[in-house]
Amino acid sequence: MIATPTVDLITVNIDGKDVAVPKGTNVIEAAAKVGVDVPHYCYHPKLTVVGNCRMCLVEMGLPAVDPATKTPVMDPATGKQKINWMPRPVIGCATNASPGLHIRTTTQLVKDCREGVMEFLLVNHPLDCPICDQAGECKLQEQATGYGRGYSRYVEDKNVKPKRTVLGPRVTLDDERCILCSRCIRFSKEVAKDDVLGFIDRGSTSTLTCFPGKQLENNYSLNTVDICPVGALTSTDFRFKMRVWFLKQTNSIDTETSVGANTVVWSREGQIYRITPRQNDEVNDTWMADSGRILYKQVKAEDRLTHTSVAKQAASLAEAITKASELIKANAGAVRLVASGKNTVEEQFLIKHLADSLATKTSLISRVGAGDNILVSKDHNPNVRGALLTGLISELPTAQLTTLSSEIDSGKVKVVISFSEDLTAAGISESQLSKVQVIYIGTHHNKTSGLAAIVIPSLTVFEKSGTFINQQFRIQKFVAAVPGPAGVVDDLVILTHLTSSLHGTTVQLTQAAGLLAQTWTSLSATIPSLAPLSFSTIPDTGLLVDSTAFAKLPFVETETLHFKPVV
Amino acid sequence: MAVIGVMFPLAGACSMAERKISAWIQGRPGPNRAIPFWFSWVPVLGPILQKLGAFHLLADGLKFLFKEDVVPGHVNKKYFIAAPILAMIPALSTVTFVPFGAYIDLGGNLTPLILANVDVGLLAVFAVSSLGVYSVVLAGWASNSKYSFLGGIRASAQLISYELSMTLAVVPVLLWINAPGTAGTMSLSKAVEFQSQPGFWGGAWFAFTMPISALIFLICLFAETNRQPFDMAESEADLVGGFHTEYGAFKWSLFFVAEYCHMIVGSAVFILLFFGGWNPLPWLPLSSVAALLHITELPLLVGLLSIGIFLGKILAMLFLFMWVRWTVPRFRYDQVMKLGWQKLLPLAILNLLVTIIAIAVIQH
Amino acid sequence: MAVIKLERKPLSLAERTYLPQIVGGLKITLKHLLKPTITMQYPEERPAIPAGYRGAPTLVKDPHGREKCVSCQLCEFVCPPRAIRITPGEIAHDSPNAHVEKAPQAFDIDMLRCIYCGLCQEVCPEEAIFLQNVYSTTGYTRDSMVNHKADLYQMGGTLPDEHFKWDKKKEAAEHGGSHHG
Repeated sequence: MIATPTVDLITVNIDGKDVAVPKGTNVIEAAAKVGVDVPHYCYHPKLTVVGNCRMCLVEMGLPAVDPATKTPVMDPATGKQKINWMPRPVIGCATNASPGLHIRTTTQLVKDCREGVMEFLLVNHPLDCPICDQAGECKLQEQATGYGRGYSRYVEDKNVKPKRTVLGPRVTLDDERCILCSRCIRFSKEVAKDDVLGFIDRGSTSTLTCFPGKQLENNYSLNTVDICPVGALTSTDFRFKMRVWFLKQTNSIDTETSVGANTVVWSREGQIYRITPRQNDEVNDTWMADSGRILYKQVKAEDRLTHTSVAKQAASLAEAITKASELIKANAGAVRLVASGKNTVEEQFLIKHLADSLATKTSLISRVGAGDNILVSKDHNPNVRGALLTGLISELPTAQLTTLSSEIDSGKVKVVISFSEDLTAAGISESQLSKVQVIYIGTHHNKTSGLAAIVIPSLTVFEKSGTFINQQFRIQKFVAAVPGPAGVVDDLVILTHLTSSLHGTTVQLTQAAGLLAQTWTSLSATIPSLAPLSFSTIPDTGLLVDSTAFAKLPFVETETLHFKPVV
Repeated sequence: MAVIGVMFPLAGACSMAERKISAWIQGRPGPNRAIPFWFSWVPVLGPILQKLGAFHLLADGLKFLFKEDVVPGHVNKKYFIAAPILAMIPALSTVTFVPFGAYIDLGGNLTPLILANVDVGLLAVFAVSSLGVYSVVLAGWASNSKYSFLGGIRASAQLISYELSMTLAVVPVLLWINAPGTAGTMSLSKAVEFQSQPGFWGGAWFAFTMPISALIFLICLFAETNRQPFDMAESEADLVGGFHTEYGAFKWSLFFVAEYCHMIVGSAVFILLFFGGWNPLPWLPLSSVAALLHITELPLLVGLLSIGIFLGKILAMLFLFMWVRWTVPRFRYDQVMKLGWQKLLPLAILNLLVTIIAIAVIQH
Repeated sequence: MAVIKLERKPLSLAERTYLPQIVGGLKITLKHLLKPTITMQYPEERPAIPAGYRGAPTLVKDPHGREKCVSCQLCEFVCPPRAIRITPGEIAHDSPNAHVEKAPQAFDIDMLRCIYCGLCQEVCPEEAIFLQNVYSTTGYTRDSMVNHKADLYQMGGTLPDEHFKWDKKKEAAEHGGSHHG
């Protein structure tokens, strides 16, 4: 662990309560520490401060010091140092904490300021909440209720601005709703490093737009939708699909790359509607890539495997397991496993267990792709480090399974068990595959599943619970958001059954949840670096595990947000 | 056969009338829907019969005939089936002892129209109709269910209790018509004759001369026929359906018809004894009416007239039965017993004594 | 608690025989017997539905034939028995109502669940859902008891509109106010 640098704590007073904050903290954050809500629109903790919405106006005061003697002026009434309150309010976001700073947020002046700001913001707001996707998570709605005056004095016609402006392939803009907070502009410039947005025109006709000839098409464009405090920027994918108050939020992990961005899966009645980032200041701040947000579409994909089959004939899970174990027993010593970097730690642990009992080797296929040095790393497998930690593999995976290929050619291998991996993409030709018996346990159809003797469908990351270990060796957990297709069971259940069937014992079909806890009991007993942990004790933001044993391995990742490769 | 042919439709019509009258008293139109499709084409009659619910009667009859006749598993099958048949026998046979009209020939001699003109008419009616209780007891016992059993017990106790008062209430009438010096008779038609004599006392109906007897007889009649407020045997509030809880379909309908037969016969006896039989009005005997209408020479017509008048009176009585049913709530069983033994019986005896003394005084 | 003891008057002889009371009762029932019946002959005669009656929920159109519902799903949210199910959708760009942007793709109300509470009508910001005078909903299957969007509009018909909010908005967009015309 890196030693936390000592920070200078200073004491500020907010609504009469003293709070110690690091120097440089602004008033909004300091107030949040004592549970005082300072309403704001343009301020975002991960973006620069511009102070253009004026919603966070507060009263500020400093201890009085006699200019001549430089000694504190005492208030005879209280016996404490006198506070010089400033006659005009200041904006909380741009006011940094200084020693002895006093803030008042409940005075009539602050109340009037907020009412005034709200009234101006609502002057040209279309109030089309019934059709607005932001309704339910709209800052304007919330703060109009909390701090607005409740009725409108505006009798003139409202401004008309373009609606349904297409800013990019994934973002649609409704200009009428925009309150010109500029969060999206700052995000594009500062985080996505793709400066394409800006305001044109002046006053109440100011409009957000893309620079001429440009589009908001970078891989982080949907973060602008997330940070938009109103319904101006909308996700074209989620637009008009479902109201947010119906959606159940489930913590999940982005499986796109080894960054392992923390996410929230929004679902209703077994249907996923969107994925948004979840704040984790050690991994992804409050951002995630657009490419990770569409991964939920694999759940209801056309090529999803939903039925167990043996020799292309529909079969029950028990039959398939029995057939698989017969096949494995009949070819003892000629079985190879191909696990996946997309398997969870628990699955990898059970696969390792299976491989050990068969005394065979397991391969992993690497997925090295383009990274963008922000939140997409070069390793597109989310859990290679899990495989290392569980001992499933001892060295980094390769893209081509050359050993397996030659072993098939020489006839040393008769049975290959693939976990969701398409072997044809890893240098095994279809003719080679037809020479061996393939047992495919995975979520989607591919060429390998098409040639497999036994196909057992399993669950996607959205339908099961488990953990991944990301590029920082941070173990992060995710939980099932939606139920899987009828009859499809958790990978852990399949693996437990297959292993026990090979040992000639039968186990009762257990619930995946019980199995997960069970797996973690043996996981923490077997792997020293996971020893004190169990699934339920892993924090939502994950936990770094000891990685010293793997420090020498040449990982492919390059620098991304909050990650520097150890070289 | 003639009895069956008349009584069954009459009982059916009564059930219909019962439903209609209950409906009207409660402000409802009552059954008014059923009509065979071919009959709906009949211009005036069709809608009228439909409104009156005439076809519900037919539909009910058909239903009773054709629905599944369930015999529950726990019953004593032989007696279970015998009970409704036994109910029908006294109900129908009593009808034969009841004169339903008079035939006055040209000589002025009056012959009652009756199926079995026995001298002991009244006694026969009482004797045979009392047999009806056996069917109730049998049904209650054979059903092998607590509700039926209780219903049967109650019915038998009630019937015995009230029969006593009923008979005692009739005795004054018989004393009067069997005055010393005349040939002794129990004939019901004789009783009518006595109410159609000329003169103030001769023409008065016994209901006016012996009101207490008439009242006791009427109350006992309600109790004997198991009608509200005395339908202890059925008592659906506490006994589900009483003695016929386990019965359904045709067997149940036999009990139903028997009850109406009892009502009809009971009303007939009541009218004959106390309300002048086929005489249209008090102090206005049938023969006078015939003379008034100049039909004395047509004995057949007079006979028909007498039947008509008698039938009209019976229908009025039946209406009274129904009217009372939808007016007075059911007694509690202990109240029924108390009324029978502690009130009606002493009253009947007292009435008898007073009448005996009165008759003795008058004859002197 | 105060206890007031009332002395019951002893019954007179006539009262003790109950006969006058029975005759009185008979008089009352006879009076009712002769009164006209008050039963409504239901399928032929129909009751007059009072104003404000809460019958089956229906969807209405405005006088220009525009479907008022914008599928905000507030009724779905507020519905206590969860009888309402809406699939939102976008209005096609070439539609005359394109400026409203959003309309229900499917709108199902399960009348087996509906409790006629009227909260949907209460909550509707577009005045699109009304409990009107449909009171007799029958069907042979569970499916037939679900009112779909077409049924709901057919039952709802057209109601007068006091605001024409969206028409005004369209007019403003077409005739001025717009800086970026």
